[in-house]
Amino acid sequence: MSEAQSTIWSSILNGLSATIWATLGGIALTIVLAFVAGLAMLSPSRTVRFISRVYVEGFRGTSEVVQLFWLFFVLPALVGFKLIPLFAGILVLGLNHGAYGAEIVRGAVQSVPTAQREGAVALSLSPTQRMFRVIMPQAVVEMYPPFNNLFIQLLKSTALLSFISAGEITEKGELLRPVFGSDLVFIYGVELFWYLVVAVVITIVMRFLERVGARRLGRRPATRTRALARVGVT
Amino acid sequence: MNWDWENARDSIPLLLEGLLVTVELTVLGSALAYVLGLVFALIRRARIPVLSQAVFLFVELVRSTPLLIQVFIVFYLLWPALDIKPSAFLTGVVALGVHYATYTSEVYRAGIEAVPKGQWEAATALSLPRTRVWTGVILPQAVPRVLPALGNYMISMFKETPLLLAIGVLDVLNRAKEQGAETFRVIEPYTLAGLLFLLVSYPASILVRRLERRVGHL
Repeated sequence: MSEAQSTIWSSILNGLSATIWATLGGIALTIVLAFVAGLAMLSPSRTVRFISRVYVEGFRGTSEVVQLFWLFFVLPALVGFKLIPLFAGILVLGLNHGAYGAEIVRGAVQSVPTAQREGAVALSLSPTQRMFRVIMPQAVVEMYPPFNNLFIQLLKSTALLSFISAGEITEKGELLRPVFGSDLVFIYGVELFWYLVVAVVITIVMRFLERVGARRLGRRPATRTRALARVGVT
Repeated sequence: MNWDWENARDSIPLLLEGLLVTVELTVLGSALAYVLGLVFALIRRARIPVLSQAVFLFVELVRSTPLLIQVFIVFYLLWPALDIKPSAFLTGVVALGVHYATYTSEVYRAGIEAVPKGQWEAATALSLPRTRVWTGVILPQAVPRVLPALGNYMISMFKETPLLLAIGVLDVLNRAKEQGAETFRVIEPYTLAGLLFLLVSYPASILVRRLERRVGHL
């Protein structure tokens, strides 16, 4: 590696922590919002269903980049204080992908056969037990493959945080571009490399969790083709 | 700071101009993605040595890395390497088209796999030539079934175009930014930009859902 290349390498490495924090924070918020909104969409109360619908359609319908700009540039004008870029980024990533995740949660819970619910009622389990001991363990296993895709989508979206100077990989690369014009292939190569590494780590973790969840149900995990077929609609 | 109706009214013509650019980008980018995606899917299926594996690797690489970086790569690396100077708009069409082609190729693949085996056998039994098998038997059955998924990707693309402001495409968001910089009032243009996206993508997603009900879910 030449001197310029080692400078580039370490400079982009500096942005890796922001990318990882944004991804982890975004994933955490996504999971919380997806479950809250997803279960709320199945609520018997019409008002609760309506509110979660508005959240889901609102965040899926407006562009993620616009949401980022809105939260970072408009909100300070409205409330008078500015969010830390990384924090604003995590908020937008979570809110946006949480809306997509809500549909995954709703679909997975609905896909649990009715007989399972009836069986739980027949055994006179309480509604909480029914949810956490019967429905959820089966629904969660179905959620892993689509959530895996959603999380990789979220990881890719962290690149948008370069618009608000959150100091992540893409921004570091763009700061290097004017200085190291002859090493562009290396700069972008290193950036892509790190995104691929994080994406592979996410996939490995999700596959592992899916296998554990399936084994607890006494099932074999979904095959790759089935998982891919379900991805069709994002 | 409160909502200023005057600024809102003033920014609408500029935003609509931007919306037109966004829609053009989406339509052209989707057209490229639909064609290229089918090409990718057919090459992968044909199992041509080296080429099929290369397409597989390319699809996986593009699918799991950010579109924004790919836009930069096309703009700052690919064009100079080819010694041509296309506009930022064209760069957007190419980057969006190629990125989404990696998604649509998976969609086509699933659609082709969903065609019952008997159809292949019947086509072989009738000793149809290879191209006829594809154009006359397989694709007419595979494509309608994947239309909803293709439609969804067009909507996704529509919402992702604003990132092209990084290379100076004058889309809705960039116009909103322009208006905000000129009047020092960001609330109205950015809020209206968001509403415009919702106004187009929500009805479109309802249409796709209706289509889904008609042709069935893949």
